[in-house]
Amino acid sequence: MGWLNPVGIPGEKAVANYDEDSLTMAVAAGMKCLGQIDQNKVDSLYFATTTAPYKERESASIIAAALDLRSSIRTSDFTNSLKAGTGALLSSCESVQSKGARNTLICASDCRLGKPGSAQEYSFGDGAAAFLIGSEEVVASLEGFFSVSYDFPDHWRSEFDKFDRTSEERWIRDEGYNQFIPEAILGLFKKYGLESKAVSKLIYPCIHPKEHSQLGKRLGFKPEQIQEPLYPKIGECGTATSLMMLVAALEEAKPGDHLLAVSYGNGSEALWFKMTEEIKTKGIETGIKKYFNSGRELTSYEKYLAFRGILPVETGLRGEVGPTQLVQAWRERKAILALYGSKCNRCDTPQYPPQRICVNPNCGAIDEMDPYRFSDKKGKLFSFTEDHLAFSLSAPQMYGLIDFEEGGRFNFDITDCEPGSLKVGMPMKMTFRRKYVDEARGVYGYFWKAMPIKE
Amino acid sequence: MSGIKDKVAIIGMGCTKFGELWDKSAEDLMVEAFKEAIKDAGIETREIQAAWQGNHYTEVNVGHSALPSSTTLKLPFIPVTHVENFCASGSEAFRGACYAVASGACDIALAIGVEKLKDLGYAGLPDARHVMTLGTLYRIIWPNQTGPGAFAMMATRYFDRYRLDSKEGKRILAQISVKSHHNGALNPKAHLRREITVEDVLKAPIVAWPLGLLDSCGVSDGAAAAIVVRADMAKNFSPDPIYVKALQIAVDSGESLMYNQYDYTHVEPTTRAAMKAYEEAGIKDPREEISMMEVHDCFSITELITYEDLLISSRGKAREDVESGFFELGGKIPCQPSGGLKCFGHPIGATGLRMLYEMYKQLQGKAEARQIKDPKIGLTHNVGGFPSRAVASVTIVGLQ
Repeated sequence: MGWLNPVGIPGEKAVANYDEDSLTMAVAAGMKCLGQIDQNKVDSLYFATTTAPYKERESASIIAAALDLRSSIRTSDFTNSLKAGTGALLSSCESVQSKGARNTLICASDCRLGKPGSAQEYSFGDGAAAFLIGSEEVVASLEGFFSVSYDFPDHWRSEFDKFDRTSEERWIRDEGYNQFIPEAILGLFKKYGLESKAVSKLIYPCIHPKEHSQLGKRLGFKPEQIQEPLYPKIGECGTATSLMMLVAALEEAKPGDHLLAVSYGNGSEALWFKMTEEIKTKGIETGIKKYFNSGRELTSYEKYLAFRGILPVETGLRGEVGPTQLVQAWRERKAILALYGSKCNRCDTPQYPPQRICVNPNCGAIDEMDPYRFSDKKGKLFSFTEDHLAFSLSAPQMYGLIDFEEGGRFNFDITDCEPGSLKVGMPMKMTFRRKYVDEARGVYGYFWKAMPIKE
Repeated sequence: MSGIKDKVAIIGMGCTKFGELWDKSAEDLMVEAFKEAIKDAGIETREIQAAWQGNHYTEVNVGHSALPSSTTLKLPFIPVTHVENFCASGSEAFRGACYAVASGACDIALAIGVEKLKDLGYAGLPDARHVMTLGTLYRIIWPNQTGPGAFAMMATRYFDRYRLDSKEGKRILAQISVKSHHNGALNPKAHLRREITVEDVLKAPIVAWPLGLLDSCGVSDGAAAAIVVRADMAKNFSPDPIYVKALQIAVDSGESLMYNQYDYTHVEPTTRAAMKAYEEAGIKDPREEISMMEVHDCFSITELITYEDLLISSRGKAREDVESGFFELGGKIPCQPSGGLKCFGHPIGATGLRMLYEMYKQLQGKAEARQIKDPKIGLTHNVGGFPSRAVASVTIVGLQ
């Protein structure tokens, strides 16, 4: 990358796997964020992205279905600006403050495309973050915010564009980046009488490492007050950038710390959080740090281009996609999107897909089933193969039978692992993925796959 | 329950050469198999009172309903039924014809199976998700699986359960393919007619780990047909009719896939069908009483586990029989004397009847270079679908 427009900054960028997109990454972040929390306590889900798979068809409601949230919730997509992440976060806080919702889940995720050879291709990374916003047992409380909004055409993408278009970088730096971020921060300081020395960590996106540190310095922040940008490690992750940096800051924060999370995009937004005592007992369960070294190196640029649909590849007949029966997909949405099977009331056998007559040969109860969710269950790899005949953008196609620890078995595609690494008996978990893309009909097929649990 | 034993006899059979028959249509193949069968039976078309047609990829092949065979063969306004039951479709057609005769509904019936795989444009079988053999929901929730992959998972399990490292396991499987190719080389109707070595099999490219290209059956076109009559009429038509001893089909209840107790080192429907078939045929000790068999070797691992599923080899011990040559042409129970699916390929609708054709010729002593000495009982077996979601058939035929 960077062979046409070298950026001159060494580092890595995170690339979503071939079966991931901003929506599936949001589900992954949302699942980790919820952890053991009862998903029925979530009253709204906001999703921030500039790379929604559909232009019309709400991503948030697909994510909500995959996370098995109730249908009696509010969902909304926040989009079209890189500050949509802080926008969604702020709106969530306001919903909770105004008692419109007890708990709000917010997922920010982006998987942006830079044109091959462009500086954007070099610097964009794929990433997602999720926060659960509530009023009880919070680890950080929102103390204040300040927003500025401008129609600043530093970059844009119209309905005719596949790739982000951008203006001259020095102009962006001088007239945008170095103006709006300080304006939001200073606006917040003025509004609440806050001073830079009171801030434990200042979080704001990076368009260039040198510019990043200069900006904080000019505002009177010491280097140790400035949250290290993720840019050299994973690239700029769009709407998720500031929120992912906020997660990193939360991992290090102590009670009483003040964190300032600032976004940049069509203006800027500054959110002021104060850490509570809860951080000591709760901690940040999953965080971001442990993922820095969990990726696998993608050595083939051609593969990257194929994964992102930039380079057309020969799929053969086996790569062709037939029509999706949407009527059926809707009827079976719980089974497909939330991986619901059924569990027999009489013999306690979990089974997938949901059955009306119990599959246990010694039971056979008819219509005595309860819904049973598999997506959050762990399992063991019972058998597998690496299939070189099936078409996959990341050949060989791997799949296998998963025996769920609490009962039930089904056959799933396996993802996020290297050929030769699978072993019978390996611990596995489920992950929500894009199973196919039907370009001819504009349909994305989402379903669950299995992946090895990394220790 | 008296079963089918000795109620129905085969008086004529036909089978085309199998292969990549680019210049022949499914209709051509049906006519060829039919022509040989009625000539062998010494009957005319108008004498046939009912017919069954087996074909799998109907919508991308001959077309729906029984009309493809009735209109091609000019069957005169008789009842003709199309049957499809995965890889057992040909055996299912035969079962329909035999049951009709046994019931007294008719005296002379035709079973014909045909498949024109090489018109489909695939190397291997089309993906199940494209042709919706698993239903439309399965297109969304089923993995991106191919036939070889589904059976490869059985090899993974088998190797794990019986503690074979993959090298050793692959070597055992390789011997199965080598044996079949030896027989196929002797068969003028086979698609693949060359001897291969264990090294050839081991060096072949991997299709779905641990199965390689030479662990997999060929892909081909073909048709086969049988004329069956009431057993007591058989000698009026033919000096050497072959008698039906058992016809069994077993279809999975769903527990193999969805219930955690299936070990994936066998195919339960095969064992269930075999046990019923032995009972129906009055066979007490299959290892001693069966003279020869044609089993469903879509992949080498399938043949290996089928030895065990048919209760010929004990569980986990099939390798001993493979290594001792038990299933070779000169062995105790020659298996795949024709060359098997390995050398014939697997035009799905035709396969069951094609296997039966080999048993029929062997029992009549007309198998030429492949002739087995004095066979009395022949068994054919199909397994269709995937090991965890399978249809199995076991057919037993023999001398009176």
